[in-house]
Amino acid sequence: METEFTPWAALGGGALIGLSAVLLMAFYGRIMGATGILAGLLRFNDPADWALRAALVIGMTAGPLAYLALNGAIPAIDLPVSNLEVVIGGLIVGVGVSYGGGCTSGHGVCGIARGSLRSIVATGVFMTTAIVTVFVTRHLIGG
Amino acid sequence: MRLLAALLIGLIFGLGISISGMINPAKVLNFFDIAGTWDPSLAFVMVGALCVTIPGYRLVLKRPAPVMESGFHLPDTKVIDRRLVLGSATFGIGWGIAGFCPGGALPALGTGRVDVFLFVAALIGGLLFARVLQSRVATDKPA
Repeated sequence: METEFTPWAALGGGALIGLSAVLLMAFYGRIMGATGILAGLLRFNDPADWALRAALVIGMTAGPLAYLALNGAIPAIDLPVSNLEVVIGGLIVGVGVSYGGGCTSGHGVCGIARGSLRSIVATGVFMTTAIVTVFVTRHLIGG
Repeated sequence: MRLLAALLIGLIFGLGISISGMINPAKVLNFFDIAGTWDPSLAFVMVGALCVTIPGYRLVLKRPAPVMESGFHLPDTKVIDRRLVLGSATFGIGWGIAGFCPGGALPALGTGRVDVFLFVAALIGGLLFARVLQSRVATDKPA
């Protein structure tokens, strides 16, 4: 399934992601990493910290509604894989980001911006294995 | 007030994810599918984000403390170990299977789609499973 090349939307959306990361650092001194925020929601020992994370996630889920208000439609989501693949992928992502200490937002956006060598390595590695995985599923075993 | 700012920051992130196309697994998987229906858009997301976070962090981290807290919470690990590399490699495999990363999936919850909830449930399952594994391999490293 082809998707349209949308460099301007990608740049603009990316700039907003970056802006949210800078604001989170400026106000709360934290990394805008979806993995870290979600992992902290699964701990219940610090109510103030938990509430902050919950507010961030609730705000995130309102993103598509803000998009609807601006564009008159919900953002397109097409999952070209089966529900079984969605679940398997989710489990693998959960384990991987736990050990890897972050995902696209934490390592890819925030870590690289801080000049963290760890994040540069992590981003190079997960981009590479994702490309290899798609090559295998779409061109070697699937397709 | 403290939580209101977090809600807004989450909203900006979620809107950025929606506009950029990171919310759409079809687009993400096509970004990885260099040999097939390649859509290079998502490279522009990272460029847009880094154009804001690199100068933004530089300004913010010059300040003695964030607005709402007494200090910055920055990761202090610098080591590039097997854990980082293998964890990130694993994350990339899951990302390549399902097309969602944590930062793409959390805002997508706002569309109310069942398959997104399925992914996030599996992601949480993976995070908890990794936590159990890590507590068995008892290290003194704080999570």
